[in-house]
Amino acid sequence: MKYIDEFQDPELARRLLDDIHATATRPWALMEVCGGQTHTIIRHGIDQLLPDTVELIHGPGCPVCVTPLEVIDKALEIAARPDVIFCSFGDMLRVPGTDRDLFRVRSEGGDVRVVYSPLDALKIARQNPDREVVFFGIGFETTAPPNAMTVYQARKHRIPNFSLLVSHVRVPPAIEAIMTSPSCRVQAFLAAGHVCSVMGMDEYPALAERFRVPIVVTGFEPLDLLEGIRRTVRQLERGEHTVDNAYPRAVRAGGNPAARAMLDDVFEVTDRAWRGIGTIPDSGWRLSARYRDFDAEHRFSVENIATREPAACRSGEVLQGQIKPHQCEAFGTTCTPRTPLGATMVSSEGACAAYYLYRRLGVTPTKLEASPVA
Amino acid sequence: MPEPTLDVTGWTCPAPLRETPRIVMGHGGGGALSAELVQQIFAPAFGGDILAQLGDSAALTLGGVRLAFSTDSYVVRPLFFPGGSIGDLAVNGTVNDLAMSGARAAYLSCGFILEEGIETSVLARVAEAMGAAARVARVEVATGDTKVVEAGHGDGIYLNTAGIGLIPADVDLRPQRVVPGDVVIVSGDIGVHGVAIMSVREGLEFGVEIESDCAALGGLVETMLAVTPDLHALRDPTRGGLAAALNEIAAASGTGIALQERAVPIPPTVSNACAILGLDPMYVANEGKLVAFVPRAHADAVLDAMQAHPLGAGAAVIGEVVEAHPGMVVAHTALGGTRVVDLPVGEQLPRIC
Repeated sequence: MKYIDEFQDPELARRLLDDIHATATRPWALMEVCGGQTHTIIRHGIDQLLPDTVELIHGPGCPVCVTPLEVIDKALEIAARPDVIFCSFGDMLRVPGTDRDLFRVRSEGGDVRVVYSPLDALKIARQNPDREVVFFGIGFETTAPPNAMTVYQARKHRIPNFSLLVSHVRVPPAIEAIMTSPSCRVQAFLAAGHVCSVMGMDEYPALAERFRVPIVVTGFEPLDLLEGIRRTVRQLERGEHTVDNAYPRAVRAGGNPAARAMLDDVFEVTDRAWRGIGTIPDSGWRLSARYRDFDAEHRFSVENIATREPAACRSGEVLQGQIKPHQCEAFGTTCTPRTPLGATMVSSEGACAAYYLYRRLGVTPTKLEASPVA
Repeated sequence: MPEPTLDVTGWTCPAPLRETPRIVMGHGGGGALSAELVQQIFAPAFGGDILAQLGDSAALTLGGVRLAFSTDSYVVRPLFFPGGSIGDLAVNGTVNDLAMSGARAAYLSCGFILEEGIETSVLARVAEAMGAAARVARVEVATGDTKVVEAGHGDGIYLNTAGIGLIPADVDLRPQRVVPGDVVIVSGDIGVHGVAIMSVREGLEFGVEIESDCAALGGLVETMLAVTPDLHALRDPTRGGLAAALNEIAAASGTGIALQERAVPIPPTVSNACAILGLDPMYVANEGKLVAFVPRAHADAVLDAMQAHPLGAGAAVIGEVVEAHPGMVVAHTALGGTRVVDLPVGEQLPRIC
């Protein structure tokens, strides 16, 4: 992994930044779709280095942030059952449900385990045939294929005590939802490179054409982000709106055919609720009829969950780029990383958590109003 | 496809977890939750001015003698890992806590809590590792205790060690002595122990075996104090990593700490493992490293002395103490931006993507 250093080279970064500064003549608002990209931007201070005319809006691409409260509550209910071993990626454990989180369930006796791969959960199921093992399958097109592969393996090897609690979401319908929102300020997208490495780029030209927005497939290292921003700003300045691949070392136009075939077999497209945003048609996946037996919601009968949400948190507007985190009344007062009102303050990829640190520094990013699209 | 209809009114999020009525793992993570337990439960219950200083060890005066006194418990899994064992940790961890007060550890106590069913051969290996580590650190295990809990109520072996040592007369290491202008030096590569433990605990293969940096730092501290007894503060960045140690110092001294991120020594094995897991090396535990706050006038000489010592060969200046942003640690990134390096809330969690 030596190549990583090459994508963090300060000298090359300076050249890309100089180009962006020289190119941007008017205010532009770009949305980075993926939470991983938000994380890199904050971690390396990239947003502070851009010209004031280039505003980055943090998109809804943090899978932790957009997992609906209802699904979190279902996870909590299942995880609290004595016959269950509940397996999850680590960063879901601190996301608050209606009245607790997975850490709390574990402290109350629930068997909640952090795994690094869904296949680890399948291994645990094999080792514990007398227990039900549930994996929390959340995330975008990036995490969906390994989860699909795991369910495929469970069915193939007849492992009846494994199931998946599914809350997968898809990026293109979210872009469409954001662009059709009346209050949308987004003028271009940095598309999530890892999503495109699976799905390819077929779904984006129609969106770019329909909404007249540049869509630049972008990677996750600092130089990847800067190159994506540079190409996006160039398109905006020229009045262009094409789909461009700034991450060719990982993304091919057709994506990963094997992964896509696995997704088509195991999942089917469905409407999906996004926390803070609402239901977006065709924006999610659920297990297809052939694999319904491995659906944890179905297996544990947790369809009727009553959720309760306080009204203080405006993370939905944050997730759509309609307000900045510090414009929320609860921000930094009743809502901090220690006492999060919403997932955007919990997740290390959440915009609110990142801005909370800025606020403590006395830095409130002030950007000019974005100009209308030419 | 139908048009999505977004209702942008009334978007809400779940209720906050303002209180944790039960202990969660994060309470032991060395971050903000750990600090809350001490401040809200232990300090009010115990009282006492010495405890209130919240150092890695307590500095006491007893019969006219200045002593450092410290205790630590060890609940590591697995018991044996690349580069060490729970036995090495139990000796070196307490020796290092004493060393951070400038004291050379003299005597340790050792409490074993054993789980019914563990093989005596395993216990013997742990005890041998402790004995060997104690000889290297030139400390004597002078008293001990053993308890056994029922099968299923422990993780094989839990250990507690306490230690005492003498603080030299002209040495006064306290966070409160840290002032703007001090130079921040770390004794070598960070994150090694935490990644070594993760690699065996989670069955993760990172291509190369990463060995823990577990070591006793008393000798390195003596070498540094020989250059000048006027070091201001030392910390061994164990739980919560370098980030937690720096935040503790910033908070206790009321100063700001400005880091040069590129200067922080992070070996490729650690940065790669952390990149795979979505962790930040700044928050990963160390067991054989220290971070020193040194008056600028002595910084070069102290750094040279550290680099000449086997346990400080990779020592580097990573930043300075500043008047700006008191109580906060700010990293200047390689690209020229800044970010706040905050106190971890609880456990660092691997990110999904």
